[in-house]
Amino acid sequence: MALGRLGLVAVLVLSVGLPIVLDQYKLYVVSLTLVYVILAIGLNLTLGYAGQISLCHAAFMAFGSYAVAILGRRGVPFEVGLVVGVAVAFGWGLVLGFPALKVKHHYLAMVTLGFNIIVFLVLRNWESLTGGSFGISNVARPAWGPLSFKSDRAFYLYILAWATVAVASAYWILSSRWGRAFRAIRENEMRAEVVGVSLRNYKLMAFAIGAAYAGMGGALFAPLLGYIDPGAYTLDRSIQFLMMVVLGGLGRFEGPFIGALVVTVLPEVLRGSEGLYLIIYALSVILMMLFMPKGLVGLWDLAWRSSRSRTSPSTSSGSPR
Amino acid sequence: MALLEIENLTKHFFRLSALSRVSLSVEPGELLGVIGPNGSGKTTLFNCVTGVLRPSDGHVRFRGEDITGRTADTVYHRGIARTFQLIQLFPEMTVLENMLVATQEKEGTLLSRLLHREEPEATVRALALLEFLGIAGLEENPASNLSYGQQKLLDFGMALMSDPQLILLDEPMAGVNPTMIKNLVGHILELNARGYTFVVIEHNMEVVMSLCRRIVVLSQGERIAEGTPAEIADNPLVLDAYFGR
Repeated sequence: MALGRLGLVAVLVLSVGLPIVLDQYKLYVVSLTLVYVILAIGLNLTLGYAGQISLCHAAFMAFGSYAVAILGRRGVPFEVGLVVGVAVAFGWGLVLGFPALKVKHHYLAMVTLGFNIIVFLVLRNWESLTGGSFGISNVARPAWGPLSFKSDRAFYLYILAWATVAVASAYWILSSRWGRAFRAIRENEMRAEVVGVSLRNYKLMAFAIGAAYAGMGGALFAPLLGYIDPGAYTLDRSIQFLMMVVLGGLGRFEGPFIGALVVTVLPEVLRGSEGLYLIIYALSVILMMLFMPKGLVGLWDLAWRSSRSRTSPSTSSGSPR
Repeated sequence: MALLEIENLTKHFFRLSALSRVSLSVEPGELLGVIGPNGSGKTTLFNCVTGVLRPSDGHVRFRGEDITGRTADTVYHRGIARTFQLIQLFPEMTVLENMLVATQEKEGTLLSRLLHREEPEATVRALALLEFLGIAGLEENPASNLSYGQQKLLDFGMALMSDPQLILLDEPMAGVNPTMIKNLVGHILELNARGYTFVVIEHNMEVVMSLCRRIVVLSQGERIAEGTPAEIADNPLVLDAYFGR
């Protein structure tokens, strides 16, 4: 426990200190990774914990991005835009939860995939509101009076603060009885219902909360890039989030961190290999899935177990695994 | 008034009728046996009562309230718990979590389940039940680490967690060793003496005969006989159903 606290403090100190040592480009990659961590936490809750497939995470993300961009242009403070974006994403998450009560697995995948395409088309064609395919440029970064987060370093710290909120709140939700109900539904839906777990309530919540995190990530994504257009919220992006969550380790709390890091940083690292990088990237993803079906967290477990193989593996019921 | 009343319950799967116009009632404090050859509709009967399946026709009344076609969670909250022929657990969750999830939805609102995190009473009850069933000390293990017999007991323990008024046991003795069978029979009789009502599907005739004072026999989805163990043992219709003419 003490070791865990120490580790947490070390991670926080390290992440706060990071902008001092990193150059602008690296800082951008790290900021983007943090935003993706928030998004992946949401999808991990919906898919990893509650077992509900969603291929429209990028659409939920778009609600956050467009909320801060559209409201920001009208002089509304960034945080208000973020809250509106999260609320809209939550609402649409609830709506998308209803089909999840009727259909499962690939049928649910098709429903959510369709939703992503619809949102993309609306973003592209509702020009008066969204700017159409040109999108919205000069998305403002937050500023509190004299205190401004406009510089890359300051905005990184701003994202870090929201990411901390996201991680802490996800931990809080998942370690409650809701988290247990989500896992029960994932592991044995019929049994969960037979012991009184309302599939309707929890499936709707799993979708809505996962979408809310996507809204938060999307709200931070827009000012990080400075401009947004519908091309950033396509099915491709949704699949990228799916990859993060699956690569990291479905239904594991550490999964989204590892997944977001690998999916964001690996292509950047491989960029030196010119045109080959996409092939190497895709190949390593395939290999990881073949040999580590439980995600990269599985690797961690393996190392952990071999380092203390004599002691019996027992897990605490309080932490959201 | 009967605790559970089943009236003309019918379930079709496409053209196949798994249950046809089955009626029976369960009195409070009773230990009713349901027997019948494989495929006679016993488990379908349980599924239709507990909301796992929606009956095609007929009525199920529990404590006077019509619960026909209600969802499984609603039926559970009304006071009917069950176990499964093929064990149904949450394999990656710990034994204690399996027990706790079976009672966590009993009280409070959806929001209170997020805000109130401590469950001291439920935990005490879970540990006491595990002790009663003889599987204490395993609570931190994932359910999948348990032996078959222990899983069967855990399934039973989960059914007891919410303090239900009626417990439906679907072949509790299948695949269980003779010592464990003795224990389970002891547990069921003890709980029955404490006031729990049971309906038991069981193939082990010795067990059924020793547990139940009244037995209902199903064959090909129809109720063909009802009576005391002695009456059932001598009923020619029952012998026909099991051995053919």
